[in-house]
Amino acid sequence: MNVPAAWYLILAALLFGIGAFGFLTRRSALIMFMCIELMLNAVTLTFVTFSRTMSDIAGQASVFFVMVVAAAEVTVGLGIVVAVFRRRSSTSVDELSELKG
Amino acid sequence: MTAAAYAVPSILVFVTAALLILVGALGVISVKNPVHAALSLIMTLFGVAVAFVAQSADFLAAVQIIVYAGAIVVLFLFVIMFLGVDRNMSVSVEPLVGQRAFAASGVVITVAGLITLMATSHWVSGATSVSGAALASGSGNVKQLGTAVFTTYLFAFEATAALLIIAVVGAVLLARRERHVTPEEVTP
Repeated sequence: MNVPAAWYLILAALLFGIGAFGFLTRRSALIMFMCIELMLNAVTLTFVTFSRTMSDIAGQASVFFVMVVAAAEVTVGLGIVVAVFRRRSSTSVDELSELKG
Repeated sequence: MTAAAYAVPSILVFVTAALLILVGALGVISVKNPVHAALSLIMTLFGVAVAFVAQSADFLAAVQIIVYAGAIVVLFLFVIMFLGVDRNMSVSVEPLVGQRAFAASGVVITVAGLITLMATSHWVSGATSVSGAALASGSGNVKQLGTAVFTTYLFAFEATAALLIIAVVGAVLLARRERHVTPEEVTP
């Protein structure tokens, strides 16, 4: 018998927490993107766990679409990082403060 | 039901996946060098793939390795190499006073709430869906996933095609170096 679903859900919650903490505290745009990937992976792990628990394929189909959106997001995000780096020679998000009120 | 009632192999697989995931994730947020962070991210992604296989999501585990470890992390590494590594971005410097404490307390409250919810709820204890066929175990559900994606979720699947095209065009436009065209250059 497989381990209970709650174990995987708690693991996913911990992974999401680590990703959120990194996103809130790191200042490099590249590391922040990696933390977004960590949070997305926590959510996909939750989807797959519920797909097994509820015996429903819809969870796995959702993970499929989450992966596509993650790939598109990383493509555009890294394009923005490259464009910002051309002007600033830095990927620190603290230096992007023109819109500060 | 105590933990001893579960099969030992599944517990070993879970512990392996959990170690890979958590050590990799902590590496991503703590190391100074972005290249090492990307390699730690690969470790986490492999751990998630192990957890997928353990829960009979074989196709998604393969896609996880191919798309995430094979494409997304390579894209990260490519950009890091392309831009040059920011080695001077220190982890110990705290730009805003008290930011880490606020972030840590918020994250701890959120995760504690999630864990309490997940450990005590009864909706994780075996209520099965009534909307379709039961999920086949092992590699048997690849066919089910394909059928679902190409019938129930066909519109979303087509929309992802449009999304990917838009993302590729946007990335090319963003990463393109602008040329300043002077009027002399555009003579017919």
